[in-house]
Amino acid sequence: MLHRRKAAIPYLLLAPGIAWLAVFFIVPMWYLGKMSLSQGLFPLFNFGWAWGNFSDAVSAYQTQFIRSGEYAGIATLIALVLSYPLAYWIAFRGGRWKNLFLLLVIAPFFVTYLIRTLAWETILSDNGVVVRTLQHVGILGSNGRLLATSAAVIAGITYNFLPFMVLPLYVSLEQIDARLIEAAEDLYASKAQAFARVTLPLSLPGVFAGVLLTFIPAAGDFINAQLLGTPRQYMIGNVIQSQFLAVRDYPTAASLSFILMAAILVLVLLFARVLGTERLTVGA
Amino acid sequence: MRFVRHHLLTAYAALALIYLFLPISVVVAFSFNNPAGRFNYTWAGFTWKNWTNPFGYPGLSGALKVSIEIAFASSIVATVLGTLIALALVRYRFRGSATTNLLIFVPMTTPEVVMGASLLTLFVNWKVPQGFGTILIAHILFNISYVVVTVRARLVGFDRHLEEAAMDLGANEWVTFTRVTLPLIMPGILAAGLLAFALSIDDFVITYFNAGSTITFPLFVWGAARVATPPQINVIGTAIFVIAISGMLANILFQNLRARKGAVTV
Repeated sequence: MLHRRKAAIPYLLLAPGIAWLAVFFIVPMWYLGKMSLSQGLFPLFNFGWAWGNFSDAVSAYQTQFIRSGEYAGIATLIALVLSYPLAYWIAFRGGRWKNLFLLLVIAPFFVTYLIRTLAWETILSDNGVVVRTLQHVGILGSNGRLLATSAAVIAGITYNFLPFMVLPLYVSLEQIDARLIEAAEDLYASKAQAFARVTLPLSLPGVFAGVLLTFIPAAGDFINAQLLGTPRQYMIGNVIQSQFLAVRDYPTAASLSFILMAAILVLVLLFARVLGTERLTVGA
Repeated sequence: MRFVRHHLLTAYAALALIYLFLPISVVVAFSFNNPAGRFNYTWAGFTWKNWTNPFGYPGLSGALKVSIEIAFASSIVATVLGTLIALALVRYRFRGSATTNLLIFVPMTTPEVVMGASLLTLFVNWKVPQGFGTILIAHILFNISYVVVTVRARLVGFDRHLEEAAMDLGANEWVTFTRVTLPLIMPGILAAGLLAFALSIDDFVITYFNAGSTITFPLFVWGAARVATPPQINVIGTAIFVIAISGMLANILFQNLRARKGAVTV
């Protein structure tokens, strides 16, 4: 009797939270799947295995899909290059003030996302200091702009998702046993060799997590393209958003959502293969 | 050479921090701007008036109130639900734990537009009118996974000998849990709750899909940005930032002070 009661404990603990996730995550995904195979006009949609929705969606919006992949990929790469030395510095040089520096890194993200992006709009605006300086030194033409360009959207995405890159990198670098690096140096490895052969491989789980956590929200983002770009910079998130909320073509929007998720999944698996860190995702 | 390299990295880190704070300094500076038109994009002169009258723009205080209410309610519910799941996952071996892990992980890797859209589809199918309730449901949903991950990290590093000692001294399971386990994992639970609060008060995308005619602070900023950007937005943004940072700063200084005094930290 007592034994049976004990076996039930984990399920009792799980029940309320898992029920929430089931009803408000899995069931909606099922409805979204059904919607992606439906036809009709708002608010009457009829389910009918309309697989054509998917091919129609791809051919109509492949530009935005490719653009999302490009923007998110470039932004993720820049974020990695920016964040790695910073995370490294905090982990190995931060000393007693590691937590303070870490706080400084995440502090800007306590300003609401939209306000941060509006601030970039101010910084990059046509009359702003940045544009005028770049015009002055001749990098930009006299009518050159930063706003409403791909560069502005990519810069915005890079900035807005930076903590998702810095934090996992920091966590994996901070866990590295400094004695391993000392051992490599004792065995006559140069600083660069010790980094390339010891530190970098040991920090790969952090790289993997950081790239994933940055790329996924970046690929689905629509705020940066909307505020810092023009329709020529719109990403797939903009299309899904307007198809759902303005056009109300739910079947198209639903199939776009599934294609986005599938594309992300494929890219993540490919990336895991390349990095050889498949086992890392298992415990995640 | 080594000296140069050492300081090169430090200089790089300093530059990176400046880059991170550049937009924030713009937000703070423009909260003192006295804009000429409806848009707060160009500097037109210093004023205190936005700070002395932070809610002097119609609709702003109502939106902020909704955001705070939803952040409180959703972070409390999500923290309770998530902590229970974390306890089950770390403390018990049971059938279905792998599936549970997956169910926690997948929502965090789902793009926000997709999660928002799927909830919208659900509410339309069930003919649930969208508003405060549907925003709350959505925020609890996306917060649960983050709470589980945060609390689980604290539980994994937990020394179970402390619980055994309590049991040896005659405490039953419930007393052990409330007097030993809970106080020790409390920092993790609090951190999870704060994270959930921050995620909720900042969420735009999922809220945008499920708000109906209810307006939260981020939705207000979005709507306002099309017709005007009142500097009061910057005031509220700066205030939230300062409150969050002072709390965390105080915590870090306190811990460093304790560590220096040689007190035991668990």
